[in-house]
Amino acid sequence: MENILAPLMFVVVFAIIFSGYPVAFALGGASLLFAFIGVELGLFDWNLLYAMPERIFGVMSNQVLLAVPFFIFMGLVLEKARLAEDLLTTIGTLFGHMRGGLALGVVVVGAMLAAATGVVGASVVAMGSISLPVMLRYKYSARLSSGVILASGTLGQIIPPSIVLVVLADQLGISVGDLFIGGLIPGLTLAALYAVYVMGVAAVKPEAAPALPPEMTDIPARELLQRVVVVLLPPLALILIVLGSIFAGVATPTEAGAIGSVGAIGLAAARRRMSWKVVRDACTGTTKLTTMVMFLLIGSTAFALVFRGLYGDIWIEDLLTGLPGGKIGLLLVANLTIFLLGFFLDFFEIAFIIIPLLVPAASLLGIDLVWFGVMIGMNLQTSFLTPPFGFALFYLRGVAPPEVKTTDLYRAVIPFIVIQLIGLLLIIQWPALVTGLVD
Amino acid sequence: MGVSPPRGPGGDGPTPRNHGTPLSENLYNRIVDRITSGMGRVISWMVLLMVVIGAFNALARWGGKWIGVNLSSNLYLELQWYLFSLIFLLGAGYALKENAHVRVDVLYGRLKARSRALINVVGSVVMLMPFCLFVLWVSWPAIRNSWVVREGSPDPSGLPRYPIKAVIIVAFVLLLAQGVVQLIKDIRVLRSGADADADADDAHAGIRL
Repeated sequence: MENILAPLMFVVVFAIIFSGYPVAFALGGASLLFAFIGVELGLFDWNLLYAMPERIFGVMSNQVLLAVPFFIFMGLVLEKARLAEDLLTTIGTLFGHMRGGLALGVVVVGAMLAAATGVVGASVVAMGSISLPVMLRYKYSARLSSGVILASGTLGQIIPPSIVLVVLADQLGISVGDLFIGGLIPGLTLAALYAVYVMGVAAVKPEAAPALPPEMTDIPARELLQRVVVVLLPPLALILIVLGSIFAGVATPTEAGAIGSVGAIGLAAARRRMSWKVVRDACTGTTKLTTMVMFLLIGSTAFALVFRGLYGDIWIEDLLTGLPGGKIGLLLVANLTIFLLGFFLDFFEIAFIIIPLLVPAASLLGIDLVWFGVMIGMNLQTSFLTPPFGFALFYLRGVAPPEVKTTDLYRAVIPFIVIQLIGLLLIIQWPALVTGLVD
Repeated sequence: MGVSPPRGPGGDGPTPRNHGTPLSENLYNRIVDRITSGMGRVISWMVLLMVVIGAFNALARWGGKWIGVNLSSNLYLELQWYLFSLIFLLGAGYALKENAHVRVDVLYGRLKARSRALINVVGSVVMLMPFCLFVLWVSWPAIRNSWVVREGSPDPSGLPRYPIKAVIIVAFVLLLAQGVVQLIKDIRVLRSGADADADADDAHAGIRL
């Protein structure tokens, strides 16, 4: 009987999540429902639920997730003080004289911004609203522009220090630093591949990616240099310090995030962009997002407690380790499941609900969890890009001018999805791309 | 907000935002809404405080290593995660009011205000409220015990544990209270929507006649 109740719970919980009621509470409420059913049928021990306060306390004192609000705050300050926006225009001007230069600027800023905020929606919306109008004004094709923005904006997931990687490391039970290091080369490789593609398009179809008119780029070298020093270098230095201190083992991610937050305030103040409004907006945004993520975890904790009580974890583990093809079979099923779920669920939901179910089977089959985490990240990024459901598409649709048609967006991402798949194949073929730098 | 809002159009929420909380609102809603908003403001300041303390902890540890003196203390290290806990625990009701808890809105995003209100009403009654009551129910014995023995920190010069554990109770009571407010508002949407639909039906009936 318990064989039926656990799978039933899995299906019903997902159905309830899809109703659109906040996921954290849907998970909590549905789990409670199944705890009752389990108790009634004599399959579940109610006393297991008294572990709940201790679990909540565990979430509160979790030293890994403590890094989350700091990175959110740092990203929000850079965004609200419009430092991110300046970055984009400066790099655009820097590369502007060459064909495809603006698009290259988007790739570079995407990688940098992503590194600073690590949240997909923010980057796609920010870059879409800042750079799409500019690119269209200078006669870039709608397709190339939106494709570059979508791909670069979602790159944030696997370029450290994204909060998504922090959460993923926590759920995989590995060190955040290791996952950051593991994500670095694959992330930068993808950015490089995007850049190569952009230059390729600029060479083959010059009309799709024209150079800026000379009056835009003919700025005295001295002034340009000054702009680079003032606008470009400080945020770059901030990101390098934050990452460098984590990689060198000097700072924990939490410490680096805290210092990075103060650094972001410092940068904004130095540019005279600091105001109470910026601080307040960043604080409010951090409160909402942190609460959202942590309550999702509390809801997922209730789910895990009941699901395990009904032996659902054993069911899943048997299912995954008994797959034909062993390791390959598991990777195939895990990737496919995550890719499909990525159409509907956010990174955090997948990290909290699905990943803990995959980990035991993955470790049992001897899969390296850092590599597994990076692969999941790349896979989800691809999923977020894939029409018609990919949710980066919705974000960009929200800020794109009406002359950019939805079908333009769908066609725009296809070359980038191909690049993603190439990236995925690369790390599957050469796992050392991920694990080479770790320890 | 800038980062990862609840997906898509679901962010607007089914109920009109009630920042000002008009006088026409019933007393219960007015009081709870005010408490929740006030809590949201207090928490926002805690974020700033946490950033300052976090940076201090990092600098104190590095600086202490440099000069060979321990500048940091468990007091500040624990204060850091106490603030983190306060932020997301007490923020739960605030996030509910501001519709910041993430939803899967593949379907929800396409629904009319009334259907959304219906989902929220059912969700509040069947999911949110039982979950809050459940957490309160199972947490009470452990937290009461912690309070009775005045549970302290296992680390020297750490902060007492019993007050922060008690915050779990406060948080879920506040969340439950705000849940009732949202329920009342959603029921109102549902009922006003029903009236509008009935009117529309009457109008059709009128035309047909």
